[in-house]
This record gives sequence, structure tokens and C-alpha cells, in this order.
Amino acid sequence: MTARVGVVTFPGSLDDGDAARAVRIAGAEPVRLWHGDPDLRGVDAVVLPGGFSYGDYLRCGAIARFAPVMETLVDAARGGLPVLGICNGFQILCEAHLLPGALTRNQHLHFRNRDQVLRIEAAGTAWTNAFQPGQEILIPVKNGEGCYVADTPTLDELEAEGRVVARYVGGNPNGSQRDIAAITNPAGNVVGIMPHPEHAVEALTGPSLDGLGFFTSVLKHLVGAPA
Amino acid sequence: MPRVVVDVMLKPEILDPQGQAVANALPRLGVSDVASVRIGRRIEIDFTGEPDLDRAREIADKLLANPVIEDFTVRLVETVDAQP
Repeated sequence: MTARVGVVTFPGSLDDGDAARAVRIAGAEPVRLWHGDPDLRGVDAVVLPGGFSYGDYLRCGAIARFAPVMETLVDAARGGLPVLGICNGFQILCEAHLLPGALTRNQHLHFRNRDQVLRIEAAGTAWTNAFQPGQEILIPVKNGEGCYVADTPTLDELEAEGRVVARYVGGNPNGSQRDIAAITNPAGNVVGIMPHPEHAVEALTGPSLDGLGFFTSVLKHLVGAPA
Repeated sequence: MPRVVVDVMLKPEILDPQGQAVANALPRLGVSDVASVRIGRRIEIDFTGEPDLDRAREIADKLLANPVIEDFTVRLVETVDAQP
């Protein structure tokens, strides 16, 4: 049976269309979910896409965290549902306390968009098992508030438990501590990533096809996961 | 009716690039005696009834501030009646 991967649209979401397309190209059925509806429609995994939910008012992701869909999603994620937060989705996962730390204004204050090399450091998560540990990939980064910060004990814990999923290579685009581009929760089912794998799934529009690995990973994970 | 004011500031250990940018612009105004600038947010809350500081603290902790990176203070201020 084809896996069904939900993509949530918030007011101000931008990359929900590309995320749904990436899910389809990876071989799964994208299911569009709506911020105001707590029903997850029985999906097997969820992507929180990039954009500017609720206009980034107050703090990025701060208001989206209280959307009706998030109440259901937070419980489901704690129960093991694979969730990938990309860019604004990463910010929402931090605001919802599914991931530690926070994303703040880029240190140099400039919006950065460019193709970015990342090193996959944790290839055991639900969203990165298609990669080799240490593999370098190229996907677009585009953010104004992508600077990952956490206190030193939290950073040390992430490192010690192998929960830094990816790091920036060849220049840190936003000042993130320890060059962190992506992290995971202790169970490895929730991943937040600042760059955009969904924009690197087709030769016509992306710098590579490296982003596809995140979406094929979750399909692999679901086949292996107990029903 | 008094109004509740919530001040939200980045924690001292969190870098404030906005504040730094402002501080760096000050010499262009001829100001050379400012050591640092930090930028925060002031939020004014009017309750329908009596102002409730505990409720305001709860709102601030859950939504207005992100305790991972920000501190907040809650206080009452008297509002000036707009009517002549």
C-alpha cells in the first residue's frame, strides 16, 4: 500500500506545494492537511513546510504552534509519528517543544539564499536513513531567521546522543551554533532542518536530487515500522 | 483601568544582531558614548475586567516570550483617560 504523507498548510505557508510534490516524486501519496482542522486524516507521516506562517508575527512559528492541527500533531509525534519540519516547520517544532533550542535572526541580519553543502551526521533517523553517515549533499538554503541557538548543556546533549542530523559545510549561512543545520528528537522520528530538501528533487528546478533522500527515507522507515 | 505591560528581552547570553546593528549605526549620528544596545518587545494587554497579573504571566510564558531565548517582566501601568 502507498504510504500517505501529510503536508500542513498554515496561513502564510510557502513551500507546501513543493513539499507535496517531493512526497509524490519519492513514491508516496501527499495528503494536504489544514492548520484549522485537527484531523490528521490517518496519514503515516507529516511534513511541516517552509514559509511565513501567520506572517512570522511575534516570533517565527510562535502562533502556528497553537493551530488546531498542532494539538493532534504534537501528541502523534510523541507517539512516534514521523514529522519533518523544514525551515518555518523547524521553527514551529522548536516553538512546540518537540525539538530543543530556538531559531533566531541570522547573525549578519541578511536573508541568505544559496545552494548549500550539508554533511549528514545522523543517518539513523526516520528522515535520513537513505543517506550514509558523513555523506555530503547539496540543497538550497533560504532563511532570515535560521540561526540555531540552544544553551551549552543542550548542545552537548545533542552531540553526545548523535542528534545533530546535519551540519553546514563550506560556510555557515546564518551563524547557527556548531554549524547545526538539522536536529532530531531522542526517538529519531521528529527532524527539523533549516535548508530545503523539497527544492532539490528534480534536475529542472534544483541544484541536485539530494533532497529526495529525506522523503525516500521516511518510506523506508514506514516499511520497517510496526503497523 | 490599569493596563498590563509585558516587556520581553532576549536573554543576556543570546546574541542580539538587531541591537548590534543599531549600536554600529550610532557613530554615524555622532554618538560615540554608547557601549551596547539591546532590542526587546513591549506588549500592552487590556483585560475586559480587572487586570490579572498571574493570567498575564501565563500568557507571556506560553506565547509572548520563548523561555529558551527570552526573559520577560510583567507590570501594571495606569492608563490616561482619552476623554477630555
